[in-house]
Amino acid sequence: MNEILSNVFIGIGVAFDFFGCLGLLRLPDVYNRLQAATKSVTLGTWSILFGVFLRYGFTAVGVKALICIPLLFFAATVAAHALIRGSYIFGIKLWDKSVVDDYKNEWTQQR
Amino acid sequence: MISTIDIFLYILILLSFFCLFRIIRGPSIADRMVAIDIFGILVVGICALMVIKTERKFLIDIAITWAILSFIGTITLAKYLSRKKLNE
Repeated sequence: MNEILSNVFIGIGVAFDFFGCLGLLRLPDVYNRLQAATKSVTLGTWSILFGVFLRYGFTAVGVKALICIPLLFFAATVAAHALIRGSYIFGIKLWDKSVVDDYKNEWTQQR
Repeated sequence: MISTIDIFLYILILLSFFCLFRIIRGPSIADRMVAIDIFGILVVGICALMVIKTERKFLIDIAITWAILSFIGTITLAKYLSRKKLNE
């Protein structure tokens, strides 16, 4: 029973990872790529680790997988935010069909 | 006999090749950094699946360590992109 449930969670996670990496491969712009990839790949890896926890229960491996989940959430989201802010400051242009750029006013007011 | 875990593992390795393609072909430097970040998160999932496949318990420690090191590396690259020193 636990094995089937953990396989289901791991399958959901691999599907999220797949769509995230497809977005990384296909989308036209660095901002689009990051907002597609980071969110879904983080959620997919969360689901894989939760599946490992369900399979092993409260043993050493399961608890370590459970510890890895909040670590991954905070680390991946903070890193993605810093990365996208850095690339905006670096001066990488938006896609030419993008319609709104809210950060531009804020960034010009800051300096 | 190919089990379900094997299929998931092959799919994840294929996805890391997608990231490798983006690292090689990325038009700008930020694309490469995004791909490196995503690659680091994917390897955590691969390590967690390898625990189930090979029954070696130390691989989950490698997953935790890889998550931390990927975070530090991406923060360093982002600091480099925003043209700042590491202490400001």
